Amino acid sequence: MEKQSAKGWLYLLPAILFLGVFMVYPLIDVFIYSFEEGYNSASQTYYGVGLYNYSYVLRDPYFLQALKNTFILVIVTVPLSTGFALLISVALSSIRTLRNLYQTIYFLPYVTNTLAVGLVFMILFKKTPYTDGLANLVIGWFGGEAIDFIDGPYWAKMFVLCVYTIWVVMPFKILILTSALASVDEVYYNAARVDGTSKWRTFVRITLPMISPTVFYLIITGFIGAFKAYSDAVALFGTDLNAAGMNTIVGYVYDMLYGNSGGYPSYASAAAIILFAVVLTITCINLLISRKHVHYS
Amino acid sequence: MKIVLQNVTKKFPSRSKGVREDVVAVRDFSFEVPDGQLIGLLGPSGCGKSTTLNLLCGLQKPTSGRIFFGDDDVTALPAEKRGVGFVFQSYALYPHLTVLQNILFPLENLKGKDRLSKEAMREKAYEAARLVQIDELMDRKPSELSGGQQQRVAIARALVKRPRVLLLDEPLSNLDARLRLQTREEIRRIQRETKITTVFVTHDQEEAMSISDMIVVMKSGVIQQIGKPQEVYDNPVNLFVAKFLGTPPINVFSGRIDGGRLMIGGDAVLAVPGLDDQEVWVGVRPEGFVLDDNGPLCCNFSGVEVMGRDISVVSTNAACENAAIRAIISAESRVDTQKKTVRFSLNPGKVFIFDRETEARIPFESI
Repeated sequence: MEKQSAKGWLYLLPAILFLGVFMVYPLIDVFIYSFEEGYNSASQTYYGVGLYNYSYVLRDPYFLQALKNTFILVIVTVPLSTGFALLISVALSSIRTLRNLYQTIYFLPYVTNTLAVGLVFMILFKKTPYTDGLANLVIGWFGGEAIDFIDGPYWAKMFVLCVYTIWVVMPFKILILTSALASVDEVYYNAARVDGTSKWRTFVRITLPMISPTVFYLIITGFIGAFKAYSDAVALFGTDLNAAGMNTIVGYVYDMLYGNSGGYPSYASAAAIILFAVVLTITCINLLISRKHVHYS
Repeated sequence: MKIVLQNVTKKFPSRSKGVREDVVAVRDFSFEVPDGQLIGLLGPSGCGKSTTLNLLCGLQKPTSGRIFFGDDDVTALPAEKRGVGFVFQSYALYPHLTVLQNILFPLENLKGKDRLSKEAMREKAYEAARLVQIDELMDRKPSELSGGQQQRVAIARALVKRPRVLLLDEPLSNLDARLRLQTREEIRRIQRETKITTVFVTHDQEEAMSISDMIVVMKSGVIQQIGKPQEVYDNPVNLFVAKFLGTPPINVFSGRIDGGRLMIGGDAVLAVPGLDDQEVWVGVRPEGFVLDDNGPLCCNFSGVEVMGRDISVVSTNAACENAAIRAIISAESRVDTQKKTVRFSLNPGKVFIFDRETEARIPFESI
């Protein structure tokens, strides 16, 4: 037994070493930096230890803006993208002809580069002196007024960012959900049919509970992914996100480190730790809620 | 509720490339299940018995022919409207629901005036659970039950809505030998108590023979014989039915009729006056052998198997199609194990002669 566990640890050693050096140590380091005031990475010096970094970050209007943006993004995109993905996968599983073609089409955004997709969205939504963009063309048909989605009002920019995010994250969810739906044994549907169960009731009482572990996995990873959003905003609004008012928490951390206003690893660390705390809290809440609604076989 | 099948045929399109012909799973199937009886559909795998069950419950539609429940033509009725109870081979209990929720499920599907109050539903669910003796397990999940208990829950779920017809697909195949015996008695009892016309499918002839009022023996989608189990056993219409029923299986010899005598190898075993000279198959039930030092059939003795009450004498004969001949004899008989050969006379009632080509039964009168 003793020997067995020694062997086990030996096999785990490479992974533990790498995780320790590149994940755990930096995490602890960031945690320490976040309390060191005025830390300078070049001279490795700091003035003192305390909570000043946190109070600065939490009072910084750019950070508050980023926090608000991130929360809106999370609350809008996670339920919507999961819901749409579920709808599309159920539709996909109920058709037979051309299913593979549709599956490929729905999966295309996943293998497309984020920045390339961003370019397409610019063309769709951007208002230039020459054209109002495709989206405004459609709005025009319904008698609406042209809006600049990229440089215009805040809600318009938020709208584009949400649509973009949903569009980018959906393919993966569809892929996972389609395979989860396919793994539900046909016999349960037969049993439900013989018992005269309506389609809707079959979906709610049988299909959903049976794929609930997958749905839950997608919600958790969806929350975490959305909290860590950054590149999507860059693809749409460029690197100066603070100016556009579309920064995210990760974007704020990046700006604090390397941006034009950068060079403040302490503030960046504090912001990163706040993000970590937020994600941890939300994930714990998710886990608690899920206990009641997720059925593991 | 009696069930009538009229010329029911089910074809599936062939899956193999280049083959245009459809696969016929059930061919021109006609029979009538009298009200309140327990019918066993019996046959080897791939004989179309499960397809027949699916046609009855409406999960599949017949290519041609009609199905009646009582006087109602249900051929075009979808599964959800037929009012059948179905017990699946794998039970198909919803794993995320408790036993009570599983049994309630069919009742909660009812709409309009058929819908019961919550209390009435619970009452009915408990009634069904008591019938199969699982009313103390109502709060468990299916994964916390044994195979036999799951089986009972599946039956309770099928019965709770008072189906017109109860269908069971290989109901005992997932149970161990001891539980199987117990459960088949249970199914019989429940069927007697509820008087619901029941059709069940099995490949196990012993199971079918032991509890059915009638058995239907099938092969490659075609009905071979319908009748009471003992009648079919005593009077098989062809070699397939004779081989399929009975444990140990029937012993088949290649024989011939020569001048009114039935010959196996060089031994004239029975007098069969009136039959033409021809090559035949001879089937002898294990209990048809009688140890007899002066008997006509001589076999090479290989051993004795004692299985509780029965003793079977194992021997070989060049003309026998089985690897070994098994003869069941009464426990009082003495077998001289020193001898190289053993001699039998045959009980004519346990001997069947079949045509060599068509394998159909050739009746004979022995003197």
